[in-house]
Amino acid sequence: MTLSANAVRWFAGRKVIVDGVSVSVEPGQTLGLIGPNGSGKSSLIRLLAGLRAPAEGDVLLDSRKISGFGRRELARRVAVVEQHSMTEANVTVLDVVKLGRTPHRSALSPWTSADDEIVEDALVRVGLTDRRDQFWHTLSGGERQRVQLARALAQSPSVLILDEPTNHLDIQHQIDILRLVEDLSVTTVVAIHDLNLAARFCDRIAVLSQGKLVTCGTPAEILTEEMIAEVFGVEAHVSTSAHHGRLHIQFLM
Amino acid sequence: MTPSRIRLWAAGSAGVLLVLVALLVAMTAGVAIGEMTIPMETTVAAVTNRLGLTAIPVPRIQEAVIWDYRLSRSLVAAFCGAGLALSGAILQSLLRNPLAEPYVLGISAGASTGAVSVMLLGFGAGAISLSAGAFAGALLAFAFVVMLASGRQTADRTILAGVAASQLFNALTSYIVSTSANAEQARSVMFWLLGSFAGVRWPDVALSASVVSIGLIVCIWHSRALDAFTFGEDAARSLGIAVQRVRVVLLLVTALMTATMVSMVGAIGFVGLVIPHAARFIVGPGHMRLLPACALVGALFMVVADIVSRIIIAPQVLPIGVVTALVGVPFFSVILYRARRAA
Repeated sequence: MTLSANAVRWFAGRKVIVDGVSVSVEPGQTLGLIGPNGSGKSSLIRLLAGLRAPAEGDVLLDSRKISGFGRRELARRVAVVEQHSMTEANVTVLDVVKLGRTPHRSALSPWTSADDEIVEDALVRVGLTDRRDQFWHTLSGGERQRVQLARALAQSPSVLILDEPTNHLDIQHQIDILRLVEDLSVTTVVAIHDLNLAARFCDRIAVLSQGKLVTCGTPAEILTEEMIAEVFGVEAHVSTSAHHGRLHIQFLM
Repeated sequence: MTPSRIRLWAAGSAGVLLVLVALLVAMTAGVAIGEMTIPMETTVAAVTNRLGLTAIPVPRIQEAVIWDYRLSRSLVAAFCGAGLALSGAILQSLLRNPLAEPYVLGISAGASTGAVSVMLLGFGAGAISLSAGAFAGALLAFAFVVMLASGRQTADRTILAGVAASQLFNALTSYIVSTSANAEQARSVMFWLLGSFAGVRWPDVALSASVVSIGLIVCIWHSRALDAFTFGEDAARSLGIAVQRVRVVLLLVTALMTATMVSMVGAIGFVGLVIPHAARFIVGPGHMRLLPACALVGALFMVVADIVSRIIIAPQVLPIGVVTALVGVPFFSVILYRARRAA
């Protein structure tokens, strides 16, 4: 499905956080959102996911306004992985992944074998089949993100939205998570801090600064030394990596 | 069904049966114990006689005591325990706070103020009942807590708001009592502050039974939604839950159950706190099982607490709130201590 935002504005109190941003992701593509802290990435993510309603502008899913979707109808199409997921409840990995089936079930409909297969498939994809009975609070940060990703996959979404899914993870787990996402055929929007990872895993990148869209395009078009200096305020050297053929950004410190 | 799931079902059914049997035994014991000790078999006979199942001769006075006083009392205790435990479980899940329950959040205090206002100040001039007054008070306290704790809803903020609400409404109750009640009224108001099953009769059974049954059905209907709240409101919303509607409906049901109980038997603390944790320990965090388990275990706990309150300093009766607090506060402390370590 195509997901797009059309000149969306959003305020926190009187302060404008997202200021007339238009972005769009084609089916099966991955759009990366980059920008310094406080640039409005997380807020734009919430608008795209339909968790907040824009004050102005529209978010469209296949050219239909998402405000016109029912909550469950939307949740069957769009799944979200938050930056941190925290709970006091003593849930197991399996409990959490099963939550992903929530929008597909009515209040009292029984759990089906089809639900079982989808949950199993999600666990296989994130490599946690043998951890299904482990309790949430015993998991590491990387494992928790993988569980949340499995939960999102169990929603059988057409669009996956991730808000800095690799925050606080070590480099190996960051790459693991993004590889998993890359292998999916769903439309993906991911807010991400690391410019090298953005260059490696995104088809297109949108740059945000102070709530405004600075520019949007392929990594090669976007990730220039000028842009990095202007938006992030650091000097960088951008080259093409000899190893994977993608851009490589070195910060000159 | 897989063998493991069948085994789980079997264990679950056995557990439910066990608690039901324990509840029946406790209620029979509750009816048998008192100033006039009545043998268990007489108790059973009196009940089966009334239901038209048997025709065993039972002394008139014993039958009157059983039927008019003790059975209704036991039943109200059971429904009250179920309702309070259910309210606690709902509040803990919705507010994502292991310490939430009607008493701690000041909702019981608000309901007390409402009930006392109707009784002493004559609000509504007899047109509105004590229960309606209690309900209004409970809603007011709820609104107060939600307002104070809104915004970044952290665990300690909600509890602090609850402390403020408890203090405020208890102060209001005391104020109303000191300015408007005569000595006798003041004494009778005291029972709202600690709770008592002494005055309950059959109409109370009917009211508590219907409110708790409706509450239980509404809550179970929303059990999937409550599960989806595991990771907070945004997570629930992204799973397709109409967060606002679910919150309003469940908070209203909680306020209604709490208010009904308070108007009938006073503010009984800590049942809503202890029972959900105990039930979660037995059946896990899934609400489809947790909520019925809370209702059952809560009922059992309250019936037993009522018996304890009557025998511990017999022939006098200890306020029921004293018994529940004596069990509940140590429990509360343990949760608080563990939360501190986790943070």
